[in-house]
Amino acid sequence: MQFGLTETQQLLKNSARDFFPAECPMAEVRRIMEIDGAYDVMLWRLLAEHGWTGMIFDEEHGGMGLGLVEMAVAAEEMGRILLPGPYFSTVFLAGALLNALPKNTGRNACATAICEGRERATVALLEESARWDTGGVRMQVVDGRLTGRKLFVPDASAAECLLAIVRAGDELAITQVHNAASGVSIRAMPSIDRTRHLYAVDFDQVEVEILATGDEAQRALDRAMDIATVALAAEMVGGMERITEIAVDYAKTRKQFGKPIGQFQAIQHQCADMLLLTESSRSAAYYAAWALQENAPDARTAVSVAKSYASEAYREAGNRAIQVHGGMGFTWENDLHLYYRRAKASEIAFGDAAFHRERIARMVIDA
Amino acid sequence: MDLNYTAAEQKFRDELRAWLADHAPQDWTGRKAPGRSMEEHFAYLRAWQKRVYEGGWAGISWPRQCGGRGATVIEQVIFTEEMARASAPPLANVLGLALIGPTIIAHGTAAQKERFLTKILSAEEIWCQGFSEPNAGSDLASLLTEARPDGSDFIVNGQKVWTSYGWAADWCELVVRTDPAAPKHKGLTVLLIDMRSPGVEVRPLRQMTGESEFNEVFFRDVRVPAANVLGAVNNGWNVALGTLMHERATLGAGLHIVYSRQFQRLVKLAHSIDRNGAPAARDPVVRQKLAQIYAEIEIMRLNQMRSISRISQSGAPGPEGSIQKIFWSELNQRFQQVAQEVLGPFAQLEKGSEFAFDDGQWAYSYLRARGNTIEAGTSEIQRNIIGHFVLGLPRSY
Ligand SMILES: Cc1cc2nc3c(=O)[nH]c(=O)nc-3n(C[C@H](O)[C@H](O)[C@H](O)COP(=O)(O)OP(=O)(O)OC[C@H]3O[C@@H](n4cnc5c(N)ncnc54)[C@H](O)[C@@H]3O)c2cc1C
Repeated sequence: MQFGLTETQQLLKNSARDFFPAECPMAEVRRIMEIDGAYDVMLWRLLAEHGWTGMIFDEEHGGMGLGLVEMAVAAEEMGRILLPGPYFSTVFLAGALLNALPKNTGRNACATAICEGRERATVALLEESARWDTGGVRMQVVDGRLTGRKLFVPDASAAECLLAIVRAGDELAITQVHNAASGVSIRAMPSIDRTRHLYAVDFDQVEVEILATGDEAQRALDRAMDIATVALAAEMVGGMERITEIAVDYAKTRKQFGKPIGQFQAIQHQCADMLLLTESSRSAAYYAAWALQENAPDARTAVSVAKSYASEAYREAGNRAIQVHGGMGFTWENDLHLYYRRAKASEIAFGDAAFHRERIARMVIDA
Repeated sequence: MDLNYTAAEQKFRDELRAWLADHAPQDWTGRKAPGRSMEEHFAYLRAWQKRVYEGGWAGISWPRQCGGRGATVIEQVIFTEEMARASAPPLANVLGLALIGPTIIAHGTAAQKERFLTKILSAEEIWCQGFSEPNAGSDLASLLTEARPDGSDFIVNGQKVWTSYGWAADWCELVVRTDPAAPKHKGLTVLLIDMRSPGVEVRPLRQMTGESEFNEVFFRDVRVPAANVLGAVNNGWNVALGTLMHERATLGAGLHIVYSRQFQRLVKLAHSIDRNGAPAARDPVVRQKLAQIYAEIEIMRLNQMRSISRISQSGAPGPEGSIQKIFWSELNQRFQQVAQEVLGPFAQLEKGSEFAFDDGQWAYSYLRARGNTIEAGTSEIQRNIIGHFVLGLPRSY
């Protein structure tokens, strides 16, 4: 039993730690977040060239076929630097869904295009009910055509490939749409995380390809949502780790009453709590990644443990980091609010703490 | 990252499981049997440890030449898990096995190891930890109990307090001041002291739970041979610190299993307790709270696995043990509060009430948990340690 990174996982972490802050420093994050979709062509090209877009895809599509612990390692590093734009929805969300679907032409083409950096993708799940489970999916595909509205679709303006979760009669269906198809219209839903944009997508008699239906669709979606949720939890760990560093550094240098504020216990204890929240979230996220990879019997519970805990921990760590900074922490110029905003959006995405606690309850109380 | 157990680890588990199946007492109910005095109860635990020792399973992490099995930290975890799975009673000499034995192994002379270690393993001699004093708790290094050299002996005078197992102990790891002129950390020495020496007086100290698990211990002109100095004279702070590191790292080791079992029991009760006309387990608020506790117990287990993996590579517990200490102690308080809420008015009933669930276990656990953030270093002190030793913030005092 060894709960720690292997040598190759550590190498991956090191290379991510070299790559991301160098290629996407905070000034770039701030520039890119002002672009529609927070999508920067140059950054995307780099991500593809270095293999990041293909990391969890099979080698036959041009990917690297890495496992879910490796995915968590990468996500953590991306979370540290607040990687902006459609990477997460393309690779960790849509990518996970494509991987979970049976092979067919449309799916394979999309996977290959993502690996090669030619296309981006996203998943359209939520509707007006804003439910993260498929109980809220009402939109119907009739005779191969979709009509209706999807909300909170991440990065839709940058995504060539939209995977819309809909119904074919009573059955769940996963459909594939090209965002340039006629009848698709996309509107921004300006929201709290400036680095990843949300959209409302309207469909009017849009022609779609059905990739899976019924149980097969549900199973694929469950798997993909679990994987994306773990990736998100790991990404949140990276963000927590970074703001803890920022706060601790500030506490060592900022002086009041003639001493570094980090000498005051009220400040020290906030920092100690940030470390505890970060490390605990990390244990949970990595365990969930490993459990999903190994198909452990408690994998789904582990996912919900990780997400419910990280959802509150990242927010709490953000509260403390800003508090440690005083007025400086409340400025636009200081980077903390960007993390704080990301923390809130991540808390909500794929179900908040209460959603995942109810999932845990179903598995451990009702079982 | 590989959380599967190796073949060797699995073999260790199987052997232990088989041994426990044959030897674990069948009459153990998880707590002191009604009608048994504390002394009778302790004698029972002592007998159990003797059996464990004879089976070769006591102090498994100790080196072979010290009577252990040289077990890895991971095997230690397996040991705690299997003991819990078999519902085996705890071992009587906890402080000796987990804290004091390892300190003697690290700092003791060959003669001391020869004299003390086997008897710790067999529970023939029970140990207690004489650190805290009325005026030296968190600020342990300011302690005043003094040891004055007298020929080849030391004469000890002073008072210790909150001494767990003081009433049962044969020996004590005692921290004393040997050089009052030196800076406070530099003038301390650790003595191994026979609790039956003339001048040692143990008085019961009743805790808020109503029991007297810990004691006040008074020392009046107690004569201790210099051969019983552990480590060097005036190097006692380092020796004691080793003990404290073990305390933080190991005290929480098997606790997730204890919590987990208690949690399962609570869930079971929640199915039968009425809340607004339906089982409490179906109440959305109760479900949220129970799920939160489940998640935290699970995270405590995972934090533990990570830190064990780290220790198995670096060799020694480090300051990050403080994170574990905060986590298990504060979690237990939240857990016991949730249990009180879920169980409703019955939760307050104490031992002896015919209407109590589990013979008053929940009221007891609620009160006992209150001590968790104080014993083994308070939460404030743990946060100071993390701030200074892990995060590198300047010392506040
Ligand atoms: C159940 C139980 C069993 C115990 N068993 C043993 C035992 O076997 N052997 C033994 O030697 N001791 C034992 N203790 C004692 C325990 O180690 C002490 O109680 C503990 O270290 C705190 O010391 P104190 O009680 O003197 O409190 P104090 O040190 O007086 O602390 C009072 C309050 O002040 C805070 N405080 C103190 N200093 C600081 C600081 N620098 N920064 C911030 N806050 C501070 C504390 O956190 C606490 O909230 C036990 C205690 C309990 C509750």
